[in-house]
Amino acid sequence: MITRFLLQGMNRSLRLFVLLVLAVGVALPLLNQLMPPGSPFHVPAWLLQLIGKYLSFALLALAVDLVWGFCGILSLGHGAFFALGGYCMGMYLMRQIGSRGVYGNPLLPDFMVFLNYKQLPWFWYGFDNFGFAMLMAVLVPSILAFALGWFAFRSRVTGVYLSIITQAMTFALMLAFFRNDMGLGGNNGMTDFKEILGFSVQADSTRAVLCFASALTLALGLIVSAAIVGSRFGKALTAVRDAESRMRFLGYRVEGYKLFVFVFSAAMAGIAGALYVPQVGIINPSEFSPANSIEAVLWVAVGGRGTLIGPVIGAFIVNFGKTWLTGALPEVWLFALGALFIVVTLLLPKGVVGLWGQIKARSQAKKARAPT
Amino acid sequence: MTDTSMRSTSALLYLSGVTVSFDGFKALNNLSLLVEPGEMRAIIGPNGAGKTTMMDVVTGKTRPDSGEVVFDGRADLTKLDEADIATLGIGRKFQKPTVFENHTVRDNLLLALSGLRNWYRLLLAMPTRAENDRLAEILSIIRMEEQQHMLGARLSHGQKQWLEIGMLLAQDPKLLLVDEPVAGMTDVETETTAQVLREINKTHSVVVVEHDMSFVRALDVKVTVLHEGSMLAEGTLDQVSADQRVVEVYLGR
Repeated sequence: MITRFLLQGMNRSLRLFVLLVLAVGVALPLLNQLMPPGSPFHVPAWLLQLIGKYLSFALLALAVDLVWGFCGILSLGHGAFFALGGYCMGMYLMRQIGSRGVYGNPLLPDFMVFLNYKQLPWFWYGFDNFGFAMLMAVLVPSILAFALGWFAFRSRVTGVYLSIITQAMTFALMLAFFRNDMGLGGNNGMTDFKEILGFSVQADSTRAVLCFASALTLALGLIVSAAIVGSRFGKALTAVRDAESRMRFLGYRVEGYKLFVFVFSAAMAGIAGALYVPQVGIINPSEFSPANSIEAVLWVAVGGRGTLIGPVIGAFIVNFGKTWLTGALPEVWLFALGALFIVVTLLLPKGVVGLWGQIKARSQAKKARAPT
Repeated sequence: MTDTSMRSTSALLYLSGVTVSFDGFKALNNLSLLVEPGEMRAIIGPNGAGKTTMMDVVTGKTRPDSGEVVFDGRADLTKLDEADIATLGIGRKFQKPTVFENHTVRDNLLLALSGLRNWYRLLLAMPTRAENDRLAEILSIIRMEEQQHMLGARLSHGQKQWLEIGMLLAQDPKLLLVDEPVAGMTDVETETTAQVLREINKTHSVVVVEHDMSFVRALDVKVTVLHEGSMLAEGTLDQVSADQRVVEVYLGR
């Protein structure tokens, strides 16, 4: 039953794409580990880290697309779910430092010693356990999404109002996390991580495994999302997106559909955040900044909303552009981002994936018109 | 409202003293209306007479300020929401055809098919044999077997109207509310639609709101005339069109 559920959404192009993601996730780490550093086939650790980061962004984009592209909920606060997942991972990594911190306190992380904490705050208990921390990385964003969605969807808050609420949520969380007395590192956040599951976070082999884990998680995310979207639930979901009141008059309780997909998507964003933090080595409140959430929406728009492949491609294109431009021409990046927004809205309403479809349709039409 | 008042009527749909006002404007003013089981009723009236507001009240979209709305002698529709009311067995067809544009004809019907509505059960549900048979039956009634894999967006206006009627059949409601079904249709399509509605009326109660007089004549059913939110006259089309007040407000003389 579960296999049937998982397979119902798979079509040929998606199968190929999942294989491609897995191939990248296996090949890059292997080329890093097996090839000697001088070899032209050697993949440097920084590239592994970069691709791993992009893969976690792609998972976040997929989460945004699931609510926006398939259910019409434009969330401008998914960065908050991502950051919460990241903070859960950060708390685990902080507790792994133990007495190797600057102050050498075996229990308290450095920033707590610095702020004169006498004991560990209650919400830090359990985070020394990896399983517990990962469970929290899923649960904390899910619970927040459930609470927000429960009230918003029952009160029939839709469209731009919902977008504003989600945006306000991430902004409020950013302000809260900036405060030192939250007990979560204040504006410095958490960094100087040493080990994850006993392996050094700096080691190439750890980076290789993290890159592979990100690819594997993204592949799983794609498969489960495809199954949801391809089910009868998915058909109802896109129908809610296209004509919500019609669905109500057909007897569907629209709130349940929205709430499930919103919570699922938040959980996925949380997992993406948990994968992101050990690869970049830091988590701080700026991850909650509203601009991050908007950027994630842009990835989806560029790649193609309402498709599963689109957000992954969009996340890679935009972030590659960002990495390259902020290095080559730092002052141009924001202009490029703005221009991209305009170009996509005006010329590519269905994103890059939609462009592919347009080209195919046009060439087919040309073929049909050509004299035989 | 007391239970006895609800049981004292055999009507399928019972509206009594219903008033709805929007910013002081009374869209419905002390409206009372009875629809018997198995009946087909045509509701006519000039623009702003409250026809669509009446539909909104019955389907739970608008809450009346006062009055009783009872379905099937037991359900108080003023306390239920759209999904509950739809599940009770009231279907609604909108003035503008609203089919799901990004779904195929078949999926449109599947979504409308009575039965599963729970999101968690739909995650794992596969169409059953009974459902497939029912879909095939409806597709043949609305004569769209060949278009069943076509997207809703690619259908013509008339085809969309047909599909929507098919969706109502799939929903299998006890009472069907139909809002201006022949708006924008050709004469031939209008004639066929009247036939289809009469066919549907053999197994379902129907309330039709319509402007088109020749269509109402073709339906040949009891007519209720609304004016300024209340009932002005009721009877056969010949009777009401002989009524001097109806002639004044409706025919605009």
